[in-house]
Amino acid sequence: MPNITSDKLQDSYDVVIVGSGAGGGQTAYTLTMEGLKVLILEAGRSFDVQTEVAMLQLPSHAPLRGEKTPDKQYGFHDCSINSGWDIPGEPYTNASKAPVDEFRWWRQRMMGGRTNHWGRITLRNGPYDFKPRTRFGLGFDWPISYDDIAPYYDKVEMLIGVFGSNDGLENSPDSSPGVLQPAPKLRVGELYAQKHGKKAGAHIVSIHRAVLTQPQDANTLPAKLHPGNAKAQAILADSMRTRSPCFWATDCHRGCAIRANYDSQTVHLRPALATGNLDILPNAMAREVTLDKKGRASGVTFIDKTTGREGHAKGRAVVLAASSQESVRLLLNSKSSAFPQGLANSSGKVGKYITDSVSSSLSAYIPAFEGMPIHNEDGAGGPHAYVPWTLHAQNAKGQLGFPGGYHLEFTTGRQMPSLNVINGIDSRAGHDGVLFGAKLKEEARRTYGCQMGFGAQGTMLPNDGCFTEIDPELKDQWGIPVLRFHWKWTDFELNQVRHQQQRIREILEAMGGRISAKADNDPAKLIRRGGEVIHEVGGAIMGADREISVTNQWSQTWDVKNLFMADGAPFASTADKNPTLTIMALAWRMADHLMDEMKKGNI
Amino acid sequence: MSAPKDLPRMDRRTALQWMLTATASMAARDAQLVAADAASSNAKGYGPDPVMAKVYKPGDVWPLTFTEPQRRATRALCDVIIPADAASPSASAVGVHDFIDEWISSPYPAQAGDRRVILEGLKWIDEESARRFSKTFAELSPEQQLALCTDLAASKPKPELKKGAAFFKRFRDLTAGGYYTTPEGMKAIGYVGNVPSGSFEGPPIEALKHVGLA
Repeated sequence: MPNITSDKLQDSYDVVIVGSGAGGGQTAYTLTMEGLKVLILEAGRSFDVQTEVAMLQLPSHAPLRGEKTPDKQYGFHDCSINSGWDIPGEPYTNASKAPVDEFRWWRQRMMGGRTNHWGRITLRNGPYDFKPRTRFGLGFDWPISYDDIAPYYDKVEMLIGVFGSNDGLENSPDSSPGVLQPAPKLRVGELYAQKHGKKAGAHIVSIHRAVLTQPQDANTLPAKLHPGNAKAQAILADSMRTRSPCFWATDCHRGCAIRANYDSQTVHLRPALATGNLDILPNAMAREVTLDKKGRASGVTFIDKTTGREGHAKGRAVVLAASSQESVRLLLNSKSSAFPQGLANSSGKVGKYITDSVSSSLSAYIPAFEGMPIHNEDGAGGPHAYVPWTLHAQNAKGQLGFPGGYHLEFTTGRQMPSLNVINGIDSRAGHDGVLFGAKLKEEARRTYGCQMGFGAQGTMLPNDGCFTEIDPELKDQWGIPVLRFHWKWTDFELNQVRHQQQRIREILEAMGGRISAKADNDPAKLIRRGGEVIHEVGGAIMGADREISVTNQWSQTWDVKNLFMADGAPFASTADKNPTLTIMALAWRMADHLMDEMKKGNI
Repeated sequence: MSAPKDLPRMDRRTALQWMLTATASMAARDAQLVAADAASSNAKGYGPDPVMAKVYKPGDVWPLTFTEPQRRATRALCDVIIPADAASPSASAVGVHDFIDEWISSPYPAQAGDRRVILEGLKWIDEESARRFSKTFAELSPEQQLALCTDLAASKPKPELKKGAAFFKRFRDLTAGGYYTTPEGMKAIGYVGNVPSGSFEGPPIEALKHVGLA
């Protein structure tokens, strides 16, 4: 079973999945490896990472030196096609025009979804992150604890390949022994920050990223992941053997033709297809989840974008993994006499409680790096180190003015120059006027690689002001009603940003850095907009109480027992961790439950 | 929905952009420029699904603009800003003048203001050269070119040179950016990456010593 066209759809599948990214890919992998017949509907086109990705191209090989344009909103070589904040014909709206109340929605319309171009940072949520109500008296406790999901974190990490170190941190859990690949060596700037950041209380350790630093152990991992399933083991071993470890060049956001880093298509979908149990229908824009007479999900109606015609895919169960807000949109657009306010929405909570990472950033010029001996520090195409959150004691005592915390990601070093590489050079070099000629060349070389930037990503607990609904008037080019967003930061997020700025400033100053930003103490101006970190989750949150949540602990909707969510929609809050690894771990756990229920005859 | 802003995602291409103080000023400039009457071309962009795995050169995706005199002035200015030296070539030797033509010919709003600034600036600098030396800028001697550019690059240019100075600053930024994104420019600035390798050894001892870590 392969990539298909809509005339090749089978009469019915065990499971129909909407979306082929991290959640859809993981779900399809888990189910097909165990023999279920699965269909994925993907709104974007197929994409071949091995022939279409430009790994080693320079900016000068691209139009406009690869700078962002309205066509390629993260730059020419970024592995996002037909994707962006703004997609022609696929609008969304905001209820408020005030910039600080704006939600920005990135959509990735291609096979593999956002996993094609993400940063591959894979931090685990910790025990506190699942119980904010217990710990802070705020937000909602998730109906699961860290212990419920820890085995799935291990499994996902072994499958996709994650490098990093186990540092015994509070609330930033270690992986089980033997799970992580070795972390790459730190770069000069990372080591320098590690040494001098201590003065400002920054404890810098290796980051976890989904990049292979050595070949995967195809002889032992498959048996750990699929005990007793010889066919699955063989397929996975084959897949692992075709992946190469990192070759220490190029930006991971470009996609990885050698399959060193995880993306859904090459790591999840490839072995899933090899089972013979998966059909993938690209260019299929899901419109509505259909119900049978008993109130169970019967399949998904979609628009075939190649013909403009509507089709329907039937399944015994339906899994929504279209990205959190796209899945919410599907639920809200699936209205029936049983669910006049949208499918699985008896609680009225579909679309509610959207969160994103709380983020701000600050950078500085580090004079100590001037005149650095020339060397190659590309490394693993992204950060090798980060600053985990460690102020748990202060935060538990309520001394910080916000719940949860934040980690800091930072970049430093002698990266591939972009068009903006000399920006700010005149003031950096202490030159009054515009440098040019031999002096410009000399200063450019002396000051290159001296910038260091820190960005925070923090906890956001849900609030009533952040939600989405169907816009009463606007439809997209397929005639499908679009979403209207509402966004409100609370004092907690703004307090957190104030703290982030102060802490980053202290760390940069501890390194002798000259802060480049003008002093601005207004956190509402410094906070990154809702959705802008592209970590938006929620909208169909899980809970122990069906009155105030949309799914149970298995990401199974309370109202429709054969309808499941496998993206960020069931997240009850955003931790100070990037969400993708948790999306995959929850999806694997959900898929196991789905199969159990099928075996028991409940679905 | 708003136009895309120059605000980076956190865990992505991140950082370079956090660092760049100029990012904010570019965003501010864009807003003015969208409204500017820049006589921009009717060309189309490359679209949301271009062939990424291909080497592009200026003129491949939209037609270029410069007339021959504009091109000559641009080449000359590029080489005053980035001259050749013993270690590395000049800006025009690696085609930066063609990149500037591609930039100002682009159909996107962010470049529309630069189109006006550059085209008017090239006209201005030839007129200024004629006024001072009775020649176009490209025909001036190296000393004359340097004298004129030194005036434009001053921290407080004379009032009558203000327009030319603003042009020169923007031209300098585009020239240097265009240069340091070529293989020769990368070598000149000291970037030696983008080379596949079987291992990553971390920093050499002399780099660690340089910052007191060894």
